[in-house]
Amino acid sequence: MCLGIPGEVVELHPEQPDLAKVNVSGVRRMINIGLLADDPPTPGEWVLIHVGFALSKIDEGEAAAAMAFLEGIGQAYEDEIAALRESLIE
Amino acid sequence: MRFVDEFRDADKAHALAAKIAALCEPGRQYKLMEVCGGHTHTIYKHGLEDYLPESITLVHGPGCPVCVIPMGRVDDAIHLASRPDVIMTSFGDMMRVPGSNGSFFDAKANGTDIRMVYSPLDSLKIARQNPDRQVVFMAIGFETTAPSTAVTMLRAATEGLRNFSVFCNHVTIIPAIKAILDSPDLRLDGFIGPGHVSTVIGCRPYEFIARDYGKPVVVAGFEPLDILQSIYMLMLQLSQGRSQVENQYSRVVPWDGNTVALKAIGETMELRPYFEWRGLGFISHSALKVRSAYESMDAELLFSVPGVRVADPKACQCGEVLKGVLKPWECKVFGTACTPETPIGTCMVSPEGACAAYYNYGRMHRTRVAEAARLGAS
Amino acid sequence: MSVDQGGRRELPVLDREQQVLDRIDRARRRTPRVREERITMSHGSGGKATQTLVEAIFLDSFRNDLLEPLEDSASLLLDGTRVAFTTDSYVVSPLFFPGGDIGDLAVNGTVNDLSVSGATPLYLSAGFILEEGFPVADLTRVVSSMRDAAARAGVSVVTGDTKVVQRGKADGCYINTAGVGLLSRSVSLGVAFARPGDAIIVSGPIGDHGVTIMLARGELDIEADVSSDTAALNGLVGSLLDEVPDVRAMRDATRGGVATILNEIARAAGVGVLVSEDDIPVREEVRGACELLGIDPMYVACEGRLVAVVPAGSADRAVATLRAHPLGAQAAVIGHVTDQQPGIVQLKTAFGGTRIVDLLVGDPLPRIC
Repeated sequence: MCLGIPGEVVELHPEQPDLAKVNVSGVRRMINIGLLADDPPTPGEWVLIHVGFALSKIDEGEAAAAMAFLEGIGQAYEDEIAALRESLIE
Repeated sequence: MRFVDEFRDADKAHALAAKIAALCEPGRQYKLMEVCGGHTHTIYKHGLEDYLPESITLVHGPGCPVCVIPMGRVDDAIHLASRPDVIMTSFGDMMRVPGSNGSFFDAKANGTDIRMVYSPLDSLKIARQNPDRQVVFMAIGFETTAPSTAVTMLRAATEGLRNFSVFCNHVTIIPAIKAILDSPDLRLDGFIGPGHVSTVIGCRPYEFIARDYGKPVVVAGFEPLDILQSIYMLMLQLSQGRSQVENQYSRVVPWDGNTVALKAIGETMELRPYFEWRGLGFISHSALKVRSAYESMDAELLFSVPGVRVADPKACQCGEVLKGVLKPWECKVFGTACTPETPIGTCMVSPEGACAAYYNYGRMHRTRVAEAARLGAS
Repeated sequence: MSVDQGGRRELPVLDREQQVLDRIDRARRRTPRVREERITMSHGSGGKATQTLVEAIFLDSFRNDLLEPLEDSASLLLDGTRVAFTTDSYVVSPLFFPGGDIGDLAVNGTVNDLSVSGATPLYLSAGFILEEGFPVADLTRVVSSMRDAAARAGVSVVTGDTKVVQRGKADGCYINTAGVGLLSRSVSLGVAFARPGDAIIVSGPIGDHGVTIMLARGELDIEADVSSDTAALNGLVGSLLDEVPDVRAMRDATRGGVATILNEIARAAGVGVLVSEDDIPVREEVRGACELLGIDPMYVACEGRLVAVVPAGSADRAVATLRAHPLGAQAAVIGHVTDQQPGIVQLKTAFGGTRIVDLLVGDPLPRIC
């Protein structure tokens, strides 16, 4: 029910402005983008899809920031593990 | 898959787990509630509890909109569906929820025309294709899904469709959270906030939790790393004595929510004075019904429903599981009388229900990141 | 307590919780009983309900040693000659889909059931139940597919039957095929022979057929470049058995998917099964469609994939042999048989956690084969 999947907008419907075709891992479906009327997505942008509707745009900047945080944590962890290993060797 | 795979990286999970463990005060127990059914599902599906230190317990809350539908409303829906002129359309999750005399699935086996749809828009399509039948959409879900129902109704109105209506069972999340906070049997330290509901309502509605109840809230995404990061953010707040609302799912959730979606809901629906939540009892202003301006699409008005209140089976302890007071395996009928094949309560029926998740995915090991804890302590 | 490479300690599970887990275990092993008064779509999904129906009603009434193993085919001894015998019915909707049609399924499915039992498929029967109003052109198309599929598989349709039912029944066309084959190899295959340590191999990406059918129904408005994997596997099986005569068991992964077969192995042999999510081949589009709809590819039907259980030492050779054949190009070891948690199938997630893969309850994809 909470199921929301990220999908890439591939094309807008030529006649109906609130419909767009999205691509999820090679699977394509027409969805309703009416809920994003204030800032409609354009081809290439990513949206969150829930029961055939786009609920929100995926902010690439925020996604990158989230990944950077996780990478940072990952690197810090790697560094600490390395430090631990080195101290064991001595 | 983009925006999915990156957030399922196991190495980063270990790193986060280490950080989380490091923030645990020795001797202190932490209880964090995840409200959303989707979070329950992810936690079990990916075995996330294996990454947490023993001192952190995840409590599963009432955020499964299928789980909270009372049996009487299921009976009402089946009654509607049984009319020969009606085609009932519903999400797959509803199909096996038990009413007093069986589920949608059982009714279908008995010849009732109930069809599964992926989107409410599919119901519109069925309505267009069957002008001589009445198509009813079983609308369920929190604020995540209500806008979709709303836009569908607006579309139906624009198209002048006369044979489409909605049996509205949308519920709202804030009153449920408040009921949990006010519940005497529960001591929680923080909340993993619902991710997709928040794309619609934004993060402000949770401010009262931090401000008035002093509990931190982190709005979380649905991938395993999202949830782990959110737990890390909660633990950080707790260790620093803060209680604020933070948005971990910022790539998807706008702080102010989705105005267009809220407007659509506002135009087509309004709050009911009260609504019964299975296991939680009656909660005021916690559910939506179709506005009078759209009464031609209100299935409850167009057709009569019995509207009988059906008490839960005596053995059912769904209420306590939904409130997080009991863990699934602590329910007396879990695994015996109540199984996924023979569910007594909704916690077992819905794939997001805590009991179904626990039963299906299990928890065969409990492993802890001992090395990480040691690292964090140094 | 044990320490694994990640330095993680295993802590004892709380007593009370363990009691409940044991209770569930016992419930899982209970004698099956059909509780419903009427047949529901779940009974046809290949999961728990189907298993219960088969055991509680069919096996219970027909009980005999030959039926008991409930393998894909029955092994018979006819006057000194070992013969395999099987049957399958095809009720797929829609009849025509990317990658094939009901005719292809009807031939390949039965050929495969014979092949995975170690038999050389020889002869098929074909029974048709046709709906009044069904276009003859469509029937001709289906039968041509069957002719071509039979030729590719090297089998002949030697007997059949036709019935017509009134408009509204039989959804166009239903087909039943039965098949016989020769068990000339001195192999004794059966999932009950699986032993701890054995490798579990799948011959290619899973879920193609089920997703194709789901999308072909057109109700979901989803387009994707997926097609059914329907294929006759007797050639693939033949080369596998030539190179790896100590194969313990093979199964044709159809409705209920790979998850169902893994559970059948665990139950029949009284062993545990541990598979790794990372190692299970799934096409991107199939994964995307399943994510979109919230369905697990492990439960989605295939029609041209086999699951093989082989002794650990033969695993590499088995995979190499399969990969050398066009139908096994993406064969992979997906897990192993263990002595932990007998009767239970566990999946190690890409994330490192473990969860149970139980039999399917309910029926997300009705009538896919």
